[in-house]
Amino acid sequence: VRIHRVRSCSSIRVIKSKYVCVFDKSALKFSHQQRLFRTSAVSCGQIVQFKLSDIGEGITEVTVKEWYIKEGDSVSQFDSICEVQSDKASVTITSRYDGVIRKLHYSIDDIAFVGKPLVDIEIDASKGVASEEDVVETPPMSHEEHTHQEIKGHKTLATPAVRRLAMENNIKLSEVVGTGKDNRILKEDILNYLAKQTGAILPPSPKAEIVPPLPKSETVPAAPKDKARKIPVPASRPIVFSGKDKTEPVTGFQKAMVKTMSAALKIPHFGYCDEIDLTQLVQLREELKPLAEIRGVKLSFMPFFMKAASLGLLQYPILNASLDENCQNVTYKASHNIGVAMDTEQGLIVPNVKNVQVCSVFDIAAELNRLQSLGSAGQLGTSDLTGGTFTLSNIGTIGGTYAKPVILPPEVAIGALGKIQV
Amino acid sequence: MVLQPSVTNCLRLSCVLRTPKAGFRSTARGALIIQSVSNDVYQNLAVEDWIHDHMDLEKRQVLFLWRNSPAVVIGRHQNPWQECNLRLLRQKNIKLARRRSGGGTVYHDLGNINLTFFTTRKKYERMENLKLVVKALKALRPQLDIHVTDRYDILLDRHYKISGTAAKLGGKSAYHHCTLLCNADKFVLSSVLKSPYKGLKSNATPSVPASVKNLFDEDPSLTSEMLLDAIAKEYATQHQIDHHITLINPADETLLPGINNKTKELQTWEWVYGKTPKFSVSTCLNMAYKDSVLDVKVNMDVKHGRIEVCNIDLPEQWLPPALYSKLVKSLTGSKFCPNETTTLATTLLRVCPQDDELHSRWNLLCENMIMLM
Repeated sequence: VRIHRVRSCSSIRVIKSKYVCVFDKSALKFSHQQRLFRTSAVSCGQIVQFKLSDIGEGITEVTVKEWYIKEGDSVSQFDSICEVQSDKASVTITSRYDGVIRKLHYSIDDIAFVGKPLVDIEIDASKGVASEEDVVETPPMSHEEHTHQEIKGHKTLATPAVRRLAMENNIKLSEVVGTGKDNRILKEDILNYLAKQTGAILPPSPKAEIVPPLPKSETVPAAPKDKARKIPVPASRPIVFSGKDKTEPVTGFQKAMVKTMSAALKIPHFGYCDEIDLTQLVQLREELKPLAEIRGVKLSFMPFFMKAASLGLLQYPILNASLDENCQNVTYKASHNIGVAMDTEQGLIVPNVKNVQVCSVFDIAAELNRLQSLGSAGQLGTSDLTGGTFTLSNIGTIGGTYAKPVILPPEVAIGALGKIQV
Repeated sequence: MVLQPSVTNCLRLSCVLRTPKAGFRSTARGALIIQSVSNDVYQNLAVEDWIHDHMDLEKRQVLFLWRNSPAVVIGRHQNPWQECNLRLLRQKNIKLARRRSGGGTVYHDLGNINLTFFTTRKKYERMENLKLVVKALKALRPQLDIHVTDRYDILLDRHYKISGTAAKLGGKSAYHHCTLLCNADKFVLSSVLKSPYKGLKSNATPSVPASVKNLFDEDPSLTSEMLLDAIAKEYATQHQIDHHITLINPADETLLPGINNKTKELQTWEWVYGKTPKFSVSTCLNMAYKDSVLDVKVNMDVKHGRIEVCNIDLPEQWLPPALYSKLVKSLTGSKFCPNETTTLATTLLRVCPQDDELHSRWNLLCENMIMLM
């Protein structure tokens, strides 16, 4: 017991103590001027300096390349703290403690020294701490039966949070198969074990891997299904779901699409649908497909539709026009640059075939092949993606029958094609 | 070399570990030699991750042999724009991968073999591994003049680099991997490893260029198979195990649970490009417009592969200020990627005034910006 006497005078020294101070009521009897401090047996908020451990090969310094955590973050044992590099070797430094990061001793690209502090971690001293030598966790201080899990010389690895979860559900850690690093038992493993016992269907956790027992050392305990014992789990216990919402900014191409689509929906739309008998077209394509293939071109239905559209546009040029900003002037476009909606990894892209009015079906097919292969490789150029005057969207390729297409400005019309069916 | 993944050869790794083979001792001297049946760089890198994360190397060390179809592999902390010709890679359909180990950039094709030595962190010893390789090569062809440098390179004829090294340490395990040039395409190698991008400033790990040679150039009777075999044999001798190579299929989720997720992660844009340390681009575009050439200064900061700051010094009124501001605002936060920029710019054009002159200027500027990516 340490007693600090403080004189109550004009300059009161504030004692900076890492220990929570318990005010001793009995001291009040003595004097208002004196305050007695006593350190409590269970100290919390202890700050530990986590030092950079030996890298091997006699290396004494490394460069810090990336932090995986920042000050104020909570960490669990085995969580990655940072990535350091030394002479072609990249090293992942993992935490030995559970706690909260209080200080990072280095910035990115600084040189860090082996044996010197890397981060300060505020740990809860009632939890266990890994020894210097191994990263095997020693059981926590609490003396409950379930938390001491040692199976004949094989230590089970699990963080205190996981042990608590197991304890709350009356599960013996020795019966759970660990799927984490070094066979560590993760929260997901406990949940999976529970699910097997209760037959409940758990929502998939983002990190969960439903895996068979991993190949490890010969002393791995037998799989849980071998044990006949059933551990009763109260049905009213809520199942812990560890999923978290994720917010990301809308950027780049997606952001541009927001602008375009908003402008598109300002255009008053008139829709018209019909069903067409394509029996003859199907036959024609069957005949022409092998001829096109010989010339190295894959012939789909699209080139036919595009040519038909172009012939239609010759009859109704107003559909191949563009309105200026205030709808004061209409510009009738001479070229029929017909766009084809393509679904790529990024989103909806609309490259166009130029001057369809002077192309044959075969020419269109060849050009379409070129655009499709560039599209899937993410290599379409600006000229491929600009200058369109009319668009066709084929929802049939993904199996849709009907669609409500949106006109892409500065165009004034769009056609949507559904699936060909019998 | 065409590998037929025969069922008899693809053993469950757990079976391999549990059933002792003749002459195998279950103490620290244990080791295992495995070879991938795949030539996909992402799948093979995923196998390395899997072994690093899941195998107990205390009982058994592992030697992993693999080859890839054409790919450029950059180190964990490198900048792909600084290291290689990304335009050429895209054109030639050569893959780009970022590995988890440190070090510099290498070109892989089927004429290059990769060796990964897995050990516990305590047993991590790069020099020993490289000496093993040299010993194996010399046993095969005693006349070869090869030696290991203190930079962990292997040189042929004192001058030509035939092998580069990198390593990864974490938790309780470590691995050291290296390349070995047998019969790689040197022409493609030198053209893809030359970056055309100017004005880049960054603290990313730079590669140290070196003159390279193929072992095949020295001795045309050598093949990749012979070299793999010789190295496996030497490893087996040193670890006192059978000279037996177990074939594994990196797509086999039963054998390697969780491997497909690892493979996917290695292919994401966020990993390959997004992990590039912060860098800046400071350069000048020379845009040929009508009868003149415009010099346009461009300054950009790129963090996590995305444009954080973008300044384009255009002549006054060359683009209406509102449009210029719209372009810069759209580029900010978007990926430093030619495809992203092309689709972004062409999509924005739909909501700009429909003026041919304006459109051609906009397209010209965007095309020039794309050349920087």
